Amino acid sequence: MLEKALYGSKGYYVWILLLLGIIGLGSIAYYTQLTQGLKITGMSRDVSWGFYIAQFTYLVGVAASAVMLVLPYYFHHYKAFSKMIILGEFMAIAAVSMCMLFIVVDLGQPQRLLNVILHPTPNSILFWDMVVLNGYLFLNIVIGWTTLQAERKGVTPASWVKPLVYLSVIWAFSIHTVTAFLYAGIPGRHYWLTAILAARFLASAFCSGPAILLLLALLLRRLTKYDPGKEAIQSLAKIITYAMCVNVFFFGLELFTAFYSNIPGHMHPFIYLFYGMEGHGALVPFMWAAAVMAIGCLVLLIPSAWRDNENIMIVALLMLVGATWIDKGLALLVAGFIPNMFDKVTEYAPTIPELAIAMMVYAIGALILTVLWKVAVSVKKEIA
Amino acid sequence: MGINRREFLKIAGISAVAGLGGTSAIDLLRRAPVEASQVSPNPKALTAKRWAMVVDTRKLTEADCKRMIEACHRIHNVPDIGTKQEVKWIWTEEYKHAFPDDMNEFVSDEVKHKPFLMLCNHCDQPACVRVCPTKATYKRADGIVMMDMHRCIGCRFCMAACPFGARSFNFGDPRPYVKEENPKYPTRMRGVVEKCTFCTERLAEGLMPACVEVSNGALIFGDLDDPNSEVRQALRSNYSIRRKPNLGTQPCVYYIV
Repeated sequence: MLEKALYGSKGYYVWILLLLGIIGLGSIAYYTQLTQGLKITGMSRDVSWGFYIAQFTYLVGVAASAVMLVLPYYFHHYKAFSKMIILGEFMAIAAVSMCMLFIVVDLGQPQRLLNVILHPTPNSILFWDMVVLNGYLFLNIVIGWTTLQAERKGVTPASWVKPLVYLSVIWAFSIHTVTAFLYAGIPGRHYWLTAILAARFLASAFCSGPAILLLLALLLRRLTKYDPGKEAIQSLAKIITYAMCVNVFFFGLELFTAFYSNIPGHMHPFIYLFYGMEGHGALVPFMWAAAVMAIGCLVLLIPSAWRDNENIMIVALLMLVGATWIDKGLALLVAGFIPNMFDKVTEYAPTIPELAIAMMVYAIGALILTVLWKVAVSVKKEIA
Repeated sequence: MGINRREFLKIAGISAVAGLGGTSAIDLLRRAPVEASQVSPNPKALTAKRWAMVVDTRKLTEADCKRMIEACHRIHNVPDIGTKQEVKWIWTEEYKHAFPDDMNEFVSDEVKHKPFLMLCNHCDQPACVRVCPTKATYKRADGIVMMDMHRCIGCRFCMAACPFGARSFNFGDPRPYVKEENPKYPTRMRGVVEKCTFCTERLAEGLMPACVEVSNGALIFGDLDDPNSEVRQALRSNYSIRRKPNLGTQPCVYYIV
C-alpha cells in the first residue's frame, strides 16, 4: 500500500519538499548540537529540561488521543467514526515517533541510548516510558495497517487484530499515565508533585489531541474531498468539549489546593507563572493568553448551536490547542524548575538552534503523517 | 519439508525477539552476580558501613569555604564555566537558600550571613538513583552515591529528581574550562552528569576527602553506623540540622549551627 504515497498532485510534492527542506535545515542545527553539546540550548543547571521534553510531554497526549475514536468505535460499535478512525491511528504513529525523537535530541549522549535496554532498570519510570511508547507505536502500526489492508481487499481483518485493539485502548491510557509518573513521583518539585497530574494529563490529552485531529481532518477534507462525515465531526467536537471542561476543572483543583492550603512551595510556581517572581515573568503573558483562550474556547464550544457551526468550531479548536499547548507544552516543564531548589529564580527561554531542532522533529512527524494519511485516503477512495 | 514462507517468517521473527529480549530479561530477573572490585584492595583504604559528613558551620569562614571549594574543584578537574550552565561539586549558599523551608526571617544575624557549604548529601534513599534509567548513578554498599560517567546517557532525570540541586550537567566540552588539569583524575566529556563523590578515589588510598583535609577540623567525616565514630560523637554533643529532611531522602550531610 505504501506505493500510494509515491504518486500525488503537484501540491502534494511541493508539501513533501517543503518538509524535507525544514528537516534539512533542522539537521544542520542538530549536527551543531551533536558536535558541541546541549550548550547551544537555553537550558541550564537550574532548568535542566526545556523545550524538547515539553514537546515530548505534549505529543504523548496527542498520541494517546486516538483512543477517543477507538473506544467508541470498537467498544460501543459507534459506526460514525469508521472513516475517521484510521486518521486517528495514523496520527498516533506520527505523534509517538515525534515523542521518541524529542527524547533522543534531548540526550547528552544519544549514542548510548541503548543503555536503557542493555541495563534495564525497572525502578526508573523512564524505562517504563520506553516500554509503553514502543509498545503503543507497534500496536498502532499493526492495527492501522492490517485493518486498512483488510478493507482494501474487502475482507474482515484477521481475528487476532481484535484483542490488539482492546489492548491498545488500555495502552493509550498507560502511555500518558506513565509519562505523568515521570514528573509526579519526584520529591521537591511542587508543581509536579500532585496525585492528579496523570488525570490532568489525560484530560488535556483527550481534548487537545482530538482537536488537532479534527482540525487536520477538516484540512484534509478541503484538500482531498475525503469527508469523515458530519456526524463524526460533531461527535468528536462533543468529546473535545467534555474533555476540555474536565481539563479546566482539574486545573482549578490545583489552584484551590495550592492557595487555600497557603503552602508557599505549592503556590510559588503558580505565582511565577501568572504574576512573575523576583522581577522574572517571561511566561506571564503566555499564561494569561492561555487562560483567556481556555475560557473562550469553552464559551464557543459548550452551546451546541455554536459548536455545530463549523467556522466557529474551527476558531474554538485553534484556541483550545493554543491554551493546552501553553499549559503542557511550555509551562508545565518550566514551572517545575522555577523557583529552583534554593528558592531562587533562573529563567529559561529556548534558543534559535533549539527551536530549529524542534521544528525538524515536528517536520519529520508531519512527513510521517502526510505519507500515512496519503495512503489511507488513496485506499479509501480506491474502494469507494 | 512442509514449511512455507509465512511459517518461516513467524519462526524467524519469534527467534529474533527471543534472542534480543531474552538476555535482557534474564539479567533483569537475576540479581547482578558480579560486582566490580579491585584485584587486591589497598590495605590502607578507609572503609565504613555508611559514610557521612558533619559540617560545623560555627568554625567556617568565607575564606575556609573558598579554600575547600578550590581544593575539591582543582583535584577533580571541575571546569570553571561561570555561566548558568556551570558545573560545581561544592559551593556555598546563604542560610535562606540552603534551608528554604525554614522561612524564618528573624534568624540571628550571624546565621543569616554565614556561608553554608553545599554538596551532594549522599542520601540513604537517593531520588537520583531511583530515577536513573541505566544505573549510571548508583549507591555503593558504604552509602556513597556514585556516577558511572561511561554509562550516563545524559537524560538529566537525576537532576530533576535531586531536591538539593547537587548535580551538574556538562552542556558542552568541559576540558577547555579546566585551568590546570590534574592527570591523576579523569576529566569528563560533554553530555554527562556529575557531582561530588565523597572522594572515593582518595578513600581508596587511605586519604580523607579533599575538602575535609583542608577544613582545619570544621568538616568531620566518618562512619554513621559506628557509635564511637567522630561524626556520631559530634552529632551526640551538638544540635544539628539537615537540608529538607521532610522529603524522606535521609541526607547524610549534617550541619551544626
